[in-house]
Amino acid sequence: METVKEMRVLLAGVGGQGTILAADLLAKVAIASGLKVKLSEIHGMSQRGGAVTTVVNMGEEVHSMVISEGEADYLLAFETTEALRNIQFLREGGKLYVNNTQIKPLPVLTGKAMMPSNVEMRLKSYGAHLLDAESLASQAGSNKTANVVLLGALSTGLPFAQDIWEEQIRLKVPEHTIDINIAAFHLGRESVSA
Amino acid sequence: MELLSGNEAIAQGAWEAGASIGVGYPGTPSTETLEAFAKKDDVYAEWCPNEKVALEVGIGASAAGKRVLATMKHVGVNVAADPLFTLAYTGVNGGLVLLAADDPGMHSSQNEQDSRFYALAARIPSMDPSDSQEALDFTRNAYELSERFDLPVIIRSTVRISHAKTPVETGKRMSYTLKPYEKDASKWVMMPAYAKGRRTSLDGRNDELKAYVNECPYNRIEMRDSDIGIICSGAVYEYVRDALPHASVLKLGITWPLPENILREFEEQVDTLYCIDEASDYLSSQIKALGINLADTPQALPIAGELSARAIALAFDSAVPTSYDAESNLPARPPALCAGCPHRLVFKELSRARCIVTGDIGCYTLGALPPLSALDSTVCMGASISMAHGFELALENTEHAPVVGVIGDSTFAHSGITSLLNTVYNQGSGTVCILDNRTTGMTGHQGNPVNGKTLQERISRELNLEQLIEALGVEHIQTVNPNDAQATRAAIKEAIEATDALSVIIFRSPCVLLRDSFTPSAPYTVNASCTSCGACISLGCPALAKDPDTGAASIMADMCVGCGQCAQYCKFEAIEQTQGGLR
Repeated sequence: METVKEMRVLLAGVGGQGTILAADLLAKVAIASGLKVKLSEIHGMSQRGGAVTTVVNMGEEVHSMVISEGEADYLLAFETTEALRNIQFLREGGKLYVNNTQIKPLPVLTGKAMMPSNVEMRLKSYGAHLLDAESLASQAGSNKTANVVLLGALSTGLPFAQDIWEEQIRLKVPEHTIDINIAAFHLGRESVSA
Repeated sequence: MELLSGNEAIAQGAWEAGASIGVGYPGTPSTETLEAFAKKDDVYAEWCPNEKVALEVGIGASAAGKRVLATMKHVGVNVAADPLFTLAYTGVNGGLVLLAADDPGMHSSQNEQDSRFYALAARIPSMDPSDSQEALDFTRNAYELSERFDLPVIIRSTVRISHAKTPVETGKRMSYTLKPYEKDASKWVMMPAYAKGRRTSLDGRNDELKAYVNECPYNRIEMRDSDIGIICSGAVYEYVRDALPHASVLKLGITWPLPENILREFEEQVDTLYCIDEASDYLSSQIKALGINLADTPQALPIAGELSARAIALAFDSAVPTSYDAESNLPARPPALCAGCPHRLVFKELSRARCIVTGDIGCYTLGALPPLSALDSTVCMGASISMAHGFELALENTEHAPVVGVIGDSTFAHSGITSLLNTVYNQGSGTVCILDNRTTGMTGHQGNPVNGKTLQERISRELNLEQLIEALGVEHIQTVNPNDAQATRAAIKEAIEATDALSVIIFRSPCVLLRDSFTPSAPYTVNASCTSCGACISLGCPALAKDPDTGAASIMADMCVGCGQCAQYCKFEAIEQTQGGLR
């Protein structure tokens, strides 16, 4: 690989959505591609249904393990409200991939707050690529592979070879789900190129 | 090359150094360290009821000649502070390393104290790694330092070190044979006559250490442009390298004692000297105390919370990336008690009874959030029970709301028992609710004395809470299934009406995330009888939603675990279980 400028990926979602697993897979792909990686996550209280973010910074030299405003080259959002909540971290012109699903937080469920309106339009104004990761995952054979579908979408913007992605998926997921996960990855990829 | 979290790397470093005893109490962001250590070959590791006990077990094992790893979060060091200060006097036999994991930004903590002040106060070395490789190397080498200087060594981590995964080269485990234990009262019996000798000894050991830190490989000057020099350590070093790539840096790997000669050398080499620290003035206050002048950054750095490269760049008037404006009017997404949490109704009923509720640490802190809004206070592990006693004392002879302390099972074992003993001993009144969910929930379901599960799955026994509490002298004890709304309400009513007595209610039901002891039932659903009264919604269950237009309730079948708590609050029989039996 040629000299690579640092790439910063912010994964945003809701506790329990599998952002950490996706970040781990991405980090392994970057390492297998010869890069240095720092992956940062937060455990504890926010995992109880709260908003969660995970950071993967990759490059030949990486210092910070976090991302501040305007520093993410990629924002991979597992939920639309969380995409909007983290939009200030995306650099202008950075790539935005969003799972087009809404998970209502407790203040909305109890009627104390409203979900945001015009979400698709607002996200598209930042150049978002929206995909329905859950239904693509079901199409691949298991709705539990939505995070791999999302990685497939993200992979279209990253300089990593497809066979490295596939190899790392094989190493990471349970053996009987390898084919489903690789199918999920490709459905995610195709959703962007389509 | 492996990708390890700082916590995993610390465990690896201890293992490579031949450490074979691990002790600790779970606490974010330290927990995974002991869990990773426990999985390694040829080690014994145990969760202890609290950090003081853990460190004392560690001191015993060190005295007997093994290398020991003790792990805890920053506030856990407060609990362990009593043995820690005297451990500086006694010193060690086998090396002893203490992980103190700080939480600047308070992601999962009640304060953001800086554990390096303990190193300063107890006069023991503190090492601040900047990434996982350093976490491994520092920990491994800390055992040598511990034995060489006859002191425990603190590995001081922060959340961004403990929970960041970075590439690591691991090594082999060194063989470490048990160091012979020799009875030596002048070293290990800290009665005044001997402690005076060890105090003098500590001064001598500290002098040697102060000389060592000026030569050790852990403190290094990185000269770049000489106009700006930055002193920093830990995660802040990484932020400085990103924010000010041309600045010269003195990277401190050992942050107590400070390397006075290197600091002065660096001061001479740069035009303007700064110190950057996170959520603390530990480094700058200690450097200034040496008579070294530090400049103020052109713009003030944030005093509280985590730092970042951006915050540092802004403080030096450097360019930062432009960014989109943050979106406004988004609904907050706070953490919440899980759907089916067995203890939701306890908070609901305490709220209904308008009690003063002193809360405690753990999942049950979430009972403070709306719509339950049940807690009046949360301070530290065990404080629920002792603060309730304090409330009762202050409000005695006045008309006041019932006072109830609420504490989880693991927290009760940690430091609630002595609090309850105090209330009994001093003939206090009030109500204590022990929410026994059979696990240590918030930190990821660790074993504890109440559930009788141990870290390495050795055979143990469950604590009999009822017998213990009876033995403490509590006369009114009830055991209640908290999923039963009527029973919960009746138990609380009975307890708070007995105003002159101390009552304990044990609400026992397993955490819904415990796969081996909780089985979900068929989900519930809302039928056409719903009158939109909102009674079920007031429980704050994440599986229940209120229609923003009609106010009608609905249940998300994929989130509902079939606990049936909400159905008990519906006066219109509008909530019923779907058919299909067990899932």
